[in-house]
Amino acid sequence: MGLMFITSKTAPGDADSGALRFADGEDGVVFDNTYNEYQFYFVNMHPQNYSNFQFQVNDTDDPGGGFDVSLITSTHFRTYHKEDDSETHLGYSDGHDLAQEAEYQIMANNVDNVADNGCSGVLTIYDPSSITYVKHFISTLQSQHTTTYSQQSFTAGYINDTTAIDEINFKFSGGNIDAGTIYMYGVG
Amino acid sequence: MPHTLILPIPLDITTSDTAVSTVDITSGIDSTYPVYEFHFVNMVPSTSASILAFQVDVGTDTTYQQEITSTTIETEHDEGDSGAALQYRTNRDQANGTNYQQLGEYIYDDGDTSGSGILTLYAPSSGTYVKHWISTFSAYGNATPQISYHTGYINTATAITRIRFVMVNNAMAAQGDIKAGTIKMYGVT
Repeated sequence: MGLMFITSKTAPGDADSGALRFADGEDGVVFDNTYNEYQFYFVNMHPQNYSNFQFQVNDTDDPGGGFDVSLITSTHFRTYHKEDDSETHLGYSDGHDLAQEAEYQIMANNVDNVADNGCSGVLTIYDPSSITYVKHFISTLQSQHTTTYSQQSFTAGYINDTTAIDEINFKFSGGNIDAGTIYMYGVG
Repeated sequence: MPHTLILPIPLDITTSDTAVSTVDITSGIDSTYPVYEFHFVNMVPSTSASILAFQVDVGTDTTYQQEITSTTIETEHDEGDSGAALQYRTNRDQANGTNYQQLGEYIYDDGDTSGSGILTLYAPSSGTYVKHWISTFSAYGNATPQISYHTGYINTATAITRIRFVMVNNAMAAQGDIKAGTIKMYGVT
């Protein structure tokens, strides 16, 4: 046991409508009570269009649903530094958090589609199969923001649902995932 | 193969089905691994408005009062969207203090509320350096997620051999029990 590799999906080949979807029981995905902690590693996620990298989930009451029902409350802050050293920042991002909203949760904003841009990082989801507790999540992503900024984004919160979660969808807010690989692990 | 990129080894898994005042891990922390991770899943206190905290000790000592200097950042956002914050928490840090080091904010015992996160401890067996640690913890209470980013060092050059987890109050004093939750300890190669 330990950090157990479950599966990986790479865009564009594994993409479904431009997104990468991990659903329990499909394509070798295990997303149930086998583990009480799951991690998703994002490697060089590259957007078709300048946009935000984000996720949403479906619970077991909404199999194959539209990733538009689960309510999320979250925090999001970020730090960035411009390549020419002219600007630095640390601050809370009001526009990237959610308050009991069923929208996609932004993990990295304004990822540019310039050829060498993109974002990488890790999302941890705790005990998605619990029918007692809300589902905590924590992510840290590094991105190239509007081409000339190095940006680190800290997002965390909970999916306010005591129904088990068994599907998660990753996508950019504008256009398809042009390239990138997501590795899924169970933490045993 | 992707799964060879990192391979934590689970050394100790403690699941509390009944309330316990402390979770003490007194073996397995040695020079075998340079980095240790402690993963917390759905930690629940028996007393609402409690905070998960830790302390460490050396040798076979059991006082758990090592000196810690730390920094503590917290961000929060309530479900009603009435407020959000990113702030330094001056009442969570220590300056060579020997209290329990808080890992997050209040957790309530309110049915679906709990706290989850990770504490990473670097080179605990070093006989040369102080012991750095970094934690990220999400606590849910009072209809608000509060996410804490705490870091610091245990100010001793003596090897750390044991760690204690406990619920504390705002003043860093032990309070109530750990009612439920799982703590997993990994050695990271």
